[in-house]
Amino acid sequence: MAKDFWITDQPINLNDCIAKVVRTEAGAINTFIGTVREFTKGKRTLFLEYQAYIAMAEKKLCQIGNEISEKWPDAKTAIVHRIGRLELSDIAVVIAVSTPHRNDAFAASRYAIERIKEIVPIWKKEHWEDGTEWIGDQKEMVSYMDNLPTEEEMKND
Amino acid sequence: MIDVLFFAELREAIGKEKISVEADVVSVKELKAKLLATYQLENLDNAMIAVNEEYQTEEAKIADGDVVAFIPPVSGG
Repeated sequence: MAKDFWITDQPINLNDCIAKVVRTEAGAINTFIGTVREFTKGKRTLFLEYQAYIAMAEKKLCQIGNEISEKWPDAKTAIVHRIGRLELSDIAVVIAVSTPHRNDAFAASRYAIERIKEIVPIWKKEHWEDGTEWIGDQKEMVSYMDNLPTEEEMKND
Repeated sequence: MIDVLFFAELREAIGKEKISVEADVVSVKELKAKLLATYQLENLDNAMIAVNEEYQTEEAKIADGDVVAFIPPVSGG
């Protein structure tokens, strides 16, 4: 895989993402691994289905990498997100960030997962015992319109 | 023609991933009105809009060959 920011329909190998950010300047590599949770607010998930607008999702993941480079100039970032059917405990997303010192690696990977939930066109469909639902608005904004990207974000490609 | 892409619940509501419409509309707002006249899409107004893979407002101008995507609230991660 040549890209540092990509969508896959195959199981994610954690090391593929980490390998993208290994370098001698780094003293820290932080990884965030998002996995499929069984219970959400008391409801049992059987499995999840992820869908993406793949071309745009990869561009927006890359944009997040660029935003991280602006905020933490010494950081190097790689992100992979899986789509299709995922079983419990499967890996949905891996973020790897390397930096010279640990604080920035923790902060930047946290930033990346929050931004994914705001701007990357990927959707999760919950399959429960008693039904299904496409999930949105995970950041629990009062109105989704409040969560539109700002003019600044739209320009920031 | 303008290609229009649907995802998640909008895709299920319309039953298609993509439709092509005549480029006789000049803005996304007009495109939305045209779609709502033809299809039952209750949540269309909750969707963000992308034109050629970049977020835009519904005031954005569109023309022949553009790709418009309706982006329901995202839930990656």
